[in-house]
Amino acid sequence: MARLITVISFTETPVARAQSVGERLQRKRALGALIAASFLLAFSAVRAEGPDAGDWPMAAKDYASTRYSGLAQIDRANVSSLTVAFTFSTGVQKGHEAAPIVAGDTMFVVTPFPNILYALDLAKGGAVKWKFEPSPSASSQGVACCDVVNRGAAYADGRVFFNTLDNQTIAVDAASGRELWRVRTGDIRNGETLTMAPLVVKGKVLVGNSGGELGVRGWLSAYDAISGALVWRAYSTGPDGDVLIGPAFKPYYAFDRGTDLGVKSWPGEAWKIGGGNVWGWISYDPELDLIYYGTANPGPWNPDQRPGDNKWTSGLFARDPATGQARWFYQLSPHDLHDYDGVNENLLVDLTIGGATRKVLVHPDRNGYIYVMDRASGQVISATPFVPITTSTGVDLETGRLRYAPDKTPKPGRVVHDICPGSPGAKDWQPSAWSPRTHLVYIPHQNLCQDAITSQVSYIAGTPYVGATLKMRPGSGGNRGLFTAWDPANSRKAWSIKEDLPVWSGALATAGDLVFYGTMDGWFKAVDARDGKLLWQYRTTSGIIGQPITYRGPDGKQYIAVLSGVGGWAGAIVSGDLDSRDSSAAGGFVGVMSDLKARTTKGGTLYVFALP
Amino acid sequence: MCSRCPDAVRTVAGLVLTVALFVAISSGAWARDLRVCADPDNLPYSSRSEPGFDNRIASLVATELKADLSYVWVSPLRGYVNKTLGARMCDVLVGWPREAEDVSTTRSYYISEFRFVYRVDRLREIISFDDPRLRELRVGVPVVGEDLAATPPGHALARRGIVDNVVGVTPFAVESAQARILAMLKSADIDVAVLWGPQASWVAQHLGPGYATHEARDDAYDGAMSVFAIAVAVRLGETALRDEIDQALVRAHPAIELVLDDYGVPRVQGGER
Repeated sequence: MARLITVISFTETPVARAQSVGERLQRKRALGALIAASFLLAFSAVRAEGPDAGDWPMAAKDYASTRYSGLAQIDRANVSSLTVAFTFSTGVQKGHEAAPIVAGDTMFVVTPFPNILYALDLAKGGAVKWKFEPSPSASSQGVACCDVVNRGAAYADGRVFFNTLDNQTIAVDAASGRELWRVRTGDIRNGETLTMAPLVVKGKVLVGNSGGELGVRGWLSAYDAISGALVWRAYSTGPDGDVLIGPAFKPYYAFDRGTDLGVKSWPGEAWKIGGGNVWGWISYDPELDLIYYGTANPGPWNPDQRPGDNKWTSGLFARDPATGQARWFYQLSPHDLHDYDGVNENLLVDLTIGGATRKVLVHPDRNGYIYVMDRASGQVISATPFVPITTSTGVDLETGRLRYAPDKTPKPGRVVHDICPGSPGAKDWQPSAWSPRTHLVYIPHQNLCQDAITSQVSYIAGTPYVGATLKMRPGSGGNRGLFTAWDPANSRKAWSIKEDLPVWSGALATAGDLVFYGTMDGWFKAVDARDGKLLWQYRTTSGIIGQPITYRGPDGKQYIAVLSGVGGWAGAIVSGDLDSRDSSAAGGFVGVMSDLKARTTKGGTLYVFALP
Repeated sequence: MCSRCPDAVRTVAGLVLTVALFVAISSGAWARDLRVCADPDNLPYSSRSEPGFDNRIASLVATELKADLSYVWVSPLRGYVNKTLGARMCDVLVGWPREAEDVSTTRSYYISEFRFVYRVDRLREIISFDDPRLRELRVGVPVVGEDLAATPPGHALARRGIVDNVVGVTPFAVESAQARILAMLKSADIDVAVLWGPQASWVAQHLGPGYATHEARDDAYDGAMSVFAIAVAVRLGETALRDEIDQALVRAHPAIELVLDDYGVPRVQGGER
């Protein structure tokens, strides 16, 4: 987009001098139309249709969250000669989950805490153009649940927006690195943090909070992109007024209908500490003019203390981006029992189902089902397991309700074996990609089950207690990770790749019929989008949990970029120096990752690849 | 550092340094340090502004060990053990459950239990979790944020279906959980709270007349969910330091008892655990 505008102003300058006022006016109008047209062009590129602008302006590349690029210079035939173009050390050694953002000739990288924002000059081999240090409060590190990650920035109209762990949303001038505004969205002292990548829709910066485990009430907020003023905030629990539920709210299923369910589906005042945080992904459909996002699990996590459906946690909202008013909601895991957040990405695609083209939303959930939903109405078209599931027996498509398996219900003092998927779910935050060429969704995920076995004495803020010890272990097959290509129109797996470690990175699909992902022991891989055949791999210095992207450089070449730097919940054993003997650390994740320390070390490096 | 100085000046500077070093050694009483991580605002346990009972017990232990006591003040956070002991910010946590598995613990220096704190005008008599009035009154209870966990009173109430009238107090906030519960009892926002023993007495003391405490045992768990032994924690496997502190706790036992009495810490009889 920036390049297009530059070209327009260049053609205007020499001609304008010799023109009459009238001619100038006429020209101005024509120029206006041209600019409008160029905006439209950029906009359609953002939707991943037609010619690709070669940018990567938001974590998911486009509003439909496809993580698909139309660039095809790197393809199945030549990918084997892919080589490092340049690298850049972020100077931070925590889990790097962010997607690099590319706009024009500049790449923007936001690091884990202390959330440094770098602008790298792509015309100069990635030289640092500017560096913005927001200096977040050090104590926010102790509040974050699962490493001090950040999932990326967002670029729109010459501005870069990003979040800091200590709850600040900041707008920076993309050209100069000058701060434009910053707002404090929440309070770390209550256990609240920000880790998600914001999304900019219709001049509003959409931001959601983390911290449900500590009793933080979830919300999604819209801040004005120009001024930073709060436009609306939609809570995930509480009275309809707080949740921005009004006359336009039309959930598809009866169990999501009713007045003030955000209060009534909880005991007493439990909704005030009910969680339902919005730490995942947001998608936007400009045609329907609706945003889509998931809410996290309810808190407190002990389900006995919160009988009821616990609305509006572990579900999906569709909202009007201008007002925040809810259009529909669907609860994926009512009264969640297993830490199944509903925050995973929603891919907005058009599918041919039963001979008809349907505007759908594809959502691979933590609870093990991949949902294909009518994104206008909220109807579940299909909900199919993409991993073996023991905690439920299916989704009732009549009522919409998940059918729980009663023998897997956790109870204090009771041992429950074979909880599949375990608390990180069949898939956690790591975003999948979609290729309109193969009609497949590429899902990076884990294959983990757990036993809730013994009780262990613990202590928090002045109170001893006995907690359940979660023993995670690999699911069937013994591999802890999977990379699965899924055919959502036919509700079946196309192919999958077994990975020994959980696949905690994002996925990238390209028009070169390639799919990229990284492993936690540092391999960055390109596989054939059609059959999963490994075509190229490169060993980076640390485990990869970042989101790979691709862009067209100022030299016209296609580049692939990814951050290497292990961490996150799955990799906290390395980034947080956790004791591998303490299998209960990091919510039980350390127990199943004890070999990771021997296989990778901490890091924080951007890798950019190109053909020679 | 002073390459152009005349020799005489250099000699004087050296002398001053030597004297300064000597003063530093003799003013610090002992040759070793006892570095304790503690919450800066968590009375009655610890506080930066006025000593809590765990601060005073740390002083007693340091004296027994002939060590200089120093504090690293760390507010409650996730992975506290890993981020304090694990990060070698300090060597000791005072006031940690004896049975915690992610640390090595000494003998316990007290055993306590959860207790009800209540307004006498609302609950005149002794109560238990089976008291039907607990279904009517507003009950405050600390909540835990992880691992399908609840505090023992949280479990006891939920098991009986007492949830509608329960107010959960989250672990992390601007003020400690007991300080928030104190304010809620004072303003009659809640009628009764169930707190860990030392917190319960501290709250009752601050409320003054009109409030009382009583043991809160859940018989379904044979008291195991209500009674905990509290010890000093060191890094996993650091048994030499643990053994030294063990002996210090034995030698300082009478003084420790006085400190616990001073703060009204309720104790349960039960021998070494």
